[in-house]
Amino acid sequence: MNMMNVDPAICNYCGACVGSCPVNCMFLDETIVRIDEDKCIKCGFCIRACPVGAISADWWSE
Amino acid sequence: MKRYEYDVLVIGAGPGGSMAARYAARHGLKVLLIEKRPEIGVPVRCAEGISRAWMDEVEIEPQEKWIDAEIDGAKIYSPDEKSVIKLSAEQAGNEVGFVLNREYFDKYLASLAAQEGAEIWLKSPAVEIIKEDGYVRGAIVRRFGEKVEVRAKIVIGADGFESQVARWAGLNTVLRERDIVSCIQYRMTNIDIEENFTHFFIGSCAPGGYVWIFPKGRKEANVGIGVALNKLKSKGEVKKYMDDFIEKHEYLNKGSIIQIVTGAVSTCPVPKRIVDNGIMLVGDAARLIDPITGGGIANACISGKYAGEIAAKCINNPSKECLEEYQNKVKERWEKKHLRNWFVKEKLAELSDDTLNKLMDVVSKEDISEISVRAILEAVQKKYPELIEEFEDLL
Ligand SMILES: Cc1cc2nc3c(=O)[nH]c(=O)nc-3n(C[C@H](O)[C@H](O)[C@H](O)COP(=O)(O)OP(=O)(O)OC[C@H]3O[C@@H](n4cnc5c(N)ncnc54)[C@H](O)[C@@H]3O)c2cc1C
Ligand code: SF4
Ligand code: SF4
Repeated sequence: MNMMNVDPAICNYCGACVGSCPVNCMFLDETIVRIDEDKCIKCGFCIRACPVGAISADWWSE
Repeated sequence: MKRYEYDVLVIGAGPGGSMAARYAARHGLKVLLIEKRPEIGVPVRCAEGISRAWMDEVEIEPQEKWIDAEIDGAKIYSPDEKSVIKLSAEQAGNEVGFVLNREYFDKYLASLAAQEGAEIWLKSPAVEIIKEDGYVRGAIVRRFGEKVEVRAKIVIGADGFESQVARWAGLNTVLRERDIVSCIQYRMTNIDIEENFTHFFIGSCAPGGYVWIFPKGRKEANVGIGVALNKLKSKGEVKKYMDDFIEKHEYLNKGSIIQIVTGAVSTCPVPKRIVDNGIMLVGDAARLIDPITGGGIANACISGKYAGEIAAKCINNPSKECLEEYQNKVKERWEKKHLRNWFVKEKLAELSDDTLNKLMDVVSKEDISEISVRAILEAVQKKYPELIEEFEDLL
């Protein structure tokens, strides 16, 4: 049931998304971003905060 | 699970963590500094601009090895780039003086901690906080893949913008949209830019933030941008802003990109609480970045020193009451300044290019070492009386 996806081909492992998440449901494991989707409130902060656009979600529309 | 015991566990070996570890160890404490990455200082997430003014306070001796360029001052360009405000290093405050090589700088700071006796573990992320009876008492650390328990009387959260430790411990460092600035930077080579100045571009090229060019010598520079999250609408928009800016500037678009850096900074006032039983936060984790400049290296080092020293004082009583001395010192130093700068940042973020052009036209013609905000606004009023309404609340 993965609705969110971080594209490893784009991600730069910088943590901008992690620090922007208001409910702290992300973790940067050095070279992989993990998202605890049970806690996610679908605010879209991480998606917009990612400087390179590596995060997508099926519920996200611009 | 293997178990280790220390007086102080510092999580994150950036400038804040290394300085906290150094000062705690200097006072005779048994200190462990952990870093999740395989190499300290790499990858860089920084534009590497700093002043030298604060270095004496934290006993850092400038070293050739980690200084890429010396800078005489800053130039700020209006949106139409017709007006340029030139600031000398002293006027520009914290963010000019040197352009660092942070790969070496961060390692140097870690070596200062090691020289005082701190132990360092790499490839060792904290993945969980140990909390008992309302006290933080250490962390679960994944050391080279193996989970171990690290017990400590005091934990110092120095894990940067990502700031998980704070939130695991129950300290509220959640940022509002307007106080998050998302950044991308290219290290570019073969570009022609005046080398002894740092360059800043404001206005709609970088809503709620700015574009910077920090020369590193030999025709190399850090060319970056920060945009406020509340101004961002779509995916990957920050990179588009950056690429647009470069495209429009001939002296940049002929250059080549040799490194891509991404990250984010906070531009908020100092949080209410940065200590609790058994825990202190330093640097970016404590949201101590300057809300206008986005600079945080100096504040990370200074807050790290404060935390290390107070850890030594409170080691037999790591209650929040004792650790509050740290929070008070931080607030005394930055609370007023960051609140004022936060307010100015909010104001600047709302000004149109047209207003900024007019404002900077006036200011660039004044000798601003001599004049105050009031004097600037009076000069603006003379030339553009219609503008002054926008600034009434500053007068
Ligand atoms: C693009 C950009 C440009 C910048 N430009 C400037 C500038 O020109 N001048 C300036 O003064 N400041 C600048 N800053 C800000 C500056 O980089 C930070 O303020 C500074 O690095 C803060 O130091 P710190 O020690 O608090 O955190 P960091 O330097 O971020 O260090 C935190 C460390 O903790 C580690 N860590 C994180 N989580 C864990 C965990 N769970 N377990 C173990 N380790 C962990 C990280 O890997 C990292 O090494 C910039 C920031 C960005 C993003
Ligand atoms: S959408 Fe919001 S809550 Fe969900 S992971 Fe992203 S930032 Fe966190
Ligand atoms: S902000 Fe983007 S690039 Fe940075 S860690 Fe998150 S997904 Fe990766």
